[in-house]
Amino acid sequence: MPGSGKSDDRRLGFKVSQEVVVVAISIALFVVFSATLNNFLSQGNIIAILKNVSILGTLAVGMGFVVVGRGIDLTMVAVMVVGVAFSIWISTWSIDFTLAVICGAVLVAAIGLFTGVMVAIAEVPPIFATLAIASSVYGSGRIVFASDVLYAPPDIAWLKFVGNGSVLGIPMSVVIFGAVAALMGLFLRRTRFGRLVYATGDNPNAARTTGLPTRPIIVTQYVISALIAFTAGIIMTGLVTGIDTRLYNSSLIYDVLLVVVLGGIGLSGGQGGVRNVIAGTILVGILTNGMTILNFSYTSQNLIKSVILLSALAIDAIINPRDEQTSQSGDI
Amino acid sequence: MSMAESLVRWRYRLLPDHVVGEVLTKKWIDSVIPFTALVILCAIFGSIVPGFFDVTTLTNLSGQTAELGLVVLGMTIVMVSGGIDLSVGSTFALAVLVTLYGMNVEQWSFGTGLLACLGLGVVCGAINGFLVGFLRMRAFLTTLVTLIIYRSTFDIVFPQVSTPIVTSGPDSPTYDFLGFGTVWGVPTSFAVFVVIALVIHLVLSRARYGWRLFAVGGARRSAYNAGINVRFTLFSAYVLCSVLVALSGFFFSARIGSAASDIGTGLELQVLTATVLGGISLGGGRGSVAKALMGTLFVLILSNSLLALAVPGPVNYLILGLVLLLSVLLDVRWVKNRHKILRSVYISPTFAKMPQAISTAPGAPMAVNDRLKDVGVIGLGFLDGAEDVIFDRQDRLYTGSRQGDILRFQPPHYTESEVFAHIGGSPLGMAFDRDDNLVICVAGMGLYQVSPAGAVKLLTAETNRSLTSVVDDSTMKLADDCDILPDGRIVFSEATVRFEMHDWYADALESRGNGRIIVHDPKSGSTRTLLSNLVFPNGICTAFDGQSVLFAESWACRISRYYFDGPKKGNVERVIEGLPGYPDNINRASDGTYWLALMGMRTPALDLSLEMPGFRRRMARRVSEDAWLMPNLNTGCVLRFDEKGQIRESLWDQAGEKHPMITSMREHKGILYLCGIFNNRMGTLPLKGADPNWFSSDSYWGKKP
Repeated sequence: MPGSGKSDDRRLGFKVSQEVVVVAISIALFVVFSATLNNFLSQGNIIAILKNVSILGTLAVGMGFVVVGRGIDLTMVAVMVVGVAFSIWISTWSIDFTLAVICGAVLVAAIGLFTGVMVAIAEVPPIFATLAIASSVYGSGRIVFASDVLYAPPDIAWLKFVGNGSVLGIPMSVVIFGAVAALMGLFLRRTRFGRLVYATGDNPNAARTTGLPTRPIIVTQYVISALIAFTAGIIMTGLVTGIDTRLYNSSLIYDVLLVVVLGGIGLSGGQGGVRNVIAGTILVGILTNGMTILNFSYTSQNLIKSVILLSALAIDAIINPRDEQTSQSGDI
Repeated sequence: MSMAESLVRWRYRLLPDHVVGEVLTKKWIDSVIPFTALVILCAIFGSIVPGFFDVTTLTNLSGQTAELGLVVLGMTIVMVSGGIDLSVGSTFALAVLVTLYGMNVEQWSFGTGLLACLGLGVVCGAINGFLVGFLRMRAFLTTLVTLIIYRSTFDIVFPQVSTPIVTSGPDSPTYDFLGFGTVWGVPTSFAVFVVIALVIHLVLSRARYGWRLFAVGGARRSAYNAGINVRFTLFSAYVLCSVLVALSGFFFSARIGSAASDIGTGLELQVLTATVLGGISLGGGRGSVAKALMGTLFVLILSNSLLALAVPGPVNYLILGLVLLLSVLLDVRWVKNRHKILRSVYISPTFAKMPQAISTAPGAPMAVNDRLKDVGVIGLGFLDGAEDVIFDRQDRLYTGSRQGDILRFQPPHYTESEVFAHIGGSPLGMAFDRDDNLVICVAGMGLYQVSPAGAVKLLTAETNRSLTSVVDDSTMKLADDCDILPDGRIVFSEATVRFEMHDWYADALESRGNGRIIVHDPKSGSTRTLLSNLVFPNGICTAFDGQSVLFAESWACRISRYYFDGPKKGNVERVIEGLPGYPDNINRASDGTYWLALMGMRTPALDLSLEMPGFRRRMARRVSEDAWLMPNLNTGCVLRFDEKGQIRESLWDQAGEKHPMITSMREHKGILYLCGIFNNRMGTLPLKGADPNWFSSDSYWGKKP
């Protein structure tokens, strides 16, 4: 959490962390929208919010995991669309769809491995490596797949369940999001590996000097985030029975980033966790839904969201200012 | 000399390996790989793409070069400052929108259109610059978000004005001339671009602003501490970048006259590929206009040729993405490992065969003895880095210290000292001129003068650059010892031009003629190299004849004489060869002979290794520095020789208790004072039979009242 070191002595009083602020704003927005918008509070709309949010949230869990380790993964959307499209594409060769999905997962893990190697071992700045790899992955996908939109086989029972099923009244997509988030939360907080991710993100050089296997840790992070992106893609396929690879050109990846930064995971690494992701997801979900109901155009939604993201980044920069004495020259 | 030995000797004479290391230190070395890649690319596509070298193709290419080149130059400025601007594509789109709307729909004049377009660039750049420069946000993410913001703005406005843009045309001859006219056969926009590129080149390489940009990008903390306004510099870099991008959009509008809704998307990838490929580092502080142009041409030729070969768009983008990834990878590895490569190839030993050493057996003049066993001691545990010693007319003793001070000790006991002057660096050889100014060689800084009142003045730090050297060797790395000619000119030795003082043992390992003797004339202020390619020239002393100087070459273990006047003017003669140790300073003795310090003794192992350059190179690369074969500096001695080079006597400290190493000595009023740069003391030895009133300044300049 930003500034947690300073506010330790105020722990007994009310502690204003970014997470708390975000939750408060979410509640306020929720109340305002409920009061002013006609359809906002309807059951269908709430379910729609939750479904939309589940994909964004799942992606954000993966992104948050990488950001905690002082990385960033801009390949997530490209990996998601290309991975799922690949599975659907090979399933047209009369391969069992489940097997095709497993093949897709293997491909996605391989891409994540490549990204991780480029970042950890070749030491290409993560933001750069992932931007270039995202472009390459999407480009390869467009060459291989004949069409932009690929539809899943219609008669896959488990895929239908992912899309339309529910457990105890909660849509399956939300359940999967919750499961991914819970697993990640436990992984980060309770396992040794999770703690090492924090250590690596907090100070990579110190971690490496201490003897931590920072390179394997970083590679693993990108593999896991790619697999999480693939999971999100499966949820999406279940919800809309297909995948539109042009999603890569949308601002989805920035929405994911927006969730992570708004939620309060500092981009300098070593801070935050799954709770921040959930807080950010709820806010962005409510905001997007409200704007959609208010009939904002897609581009103006983008404009508003990116202005909010920029403000969040600016506030992050003001709360955690870069010190001229400690900031690195090559740190872009 | 055996056949094999001659072969080795000639191989090292004809193939100067040290040039490789020196080439690697040059800035343009970063561009060699991109340049080669560009040439290969032209060769490949020139042969397979039809009409590659046609005039129309080239005209088209030059127009595109002007547009993409401006954006790349803008990105270069930002990247040199240590940042990045991903919003260039969206800024470009907005600039095109404003220009097209103004020129086509509103029928603005050329000036108004240009101003509006550049004004838009200033606004976009100021937003980026404010966020990154003043709020110190991360450049990459921030500009990624402004990319979306600017793009969304474009997407909202463009559909509303796209129809009027297409249905009307501009009314400005100047604008049309920019788009379609030619100047001396090249498109106008290209001609303008060349002028702008030249200006930016001058600013980046010659002007104060450019230097500040490089300072901020190369070492932000140091730039901040040096008082550079880091925030404003960064801010201005983003503004400049966006203005150049806007200008590029203006050129594009003039040439094409319309726009599609996806204009400028992916431009940032193209531009980044161009900059990084050209060799402009992501971390900042490295880059040039020439590199930017090379990268621009590479990207344009690649994408145009792929287009001409009818490669589908996605493949084109895939190739561009992979080229970007590969060049970033190479850049990161290169910047990280350049120093290691340089370190491993820089030291390049050469062949040197040492002559037979003069005998130190009993009975010979150089016979080992213990005459330095009972010398007196000055400044025990206090002196640190006293390389030379000298006395003024009031018998006060002057010596240097590692902290860069000139210390003055008071007679008669020389127990009390004061800091006479502070210069910095490491003060080495000293001499008094006719007017009692102290002239001092300072390692790493040059030749200095301290007046009797203690005022420090730089005499010279630069000599003429030698014509054949790869690196600029005009600045002085290791001025070592000086003396003054009868006409007042100062002659001094520079031990090596390839290493700093603390790397002296690397020069010993090379044993090449890296040093030189330089003369400075205080009257005219001119400095000139007299002799070069000397093997660690060290001590230097004006001979009693008034026509020559004697100088020592340490790693060659010899003393030579250079005639600066008289019938043999310009000649060099050997005086002593095959010394058993490494000679250091030479000073006059009272009886018309010379004192010479040997800082250390030769060892058979090192002597043998000097004939095996390959062995020494392997040692330098594979063994840590503290395990190298080094000159033995644990035993030194002082000897006295005459004008003919005959050794008269030698003084030793066999046990090494009082003076393990000796770098200089000075006779003053019947006493010999001994110095060693690594010793913690100075020694005094009363000389039997020496003139008790002899004083070195008198010997140079005559007695003064």
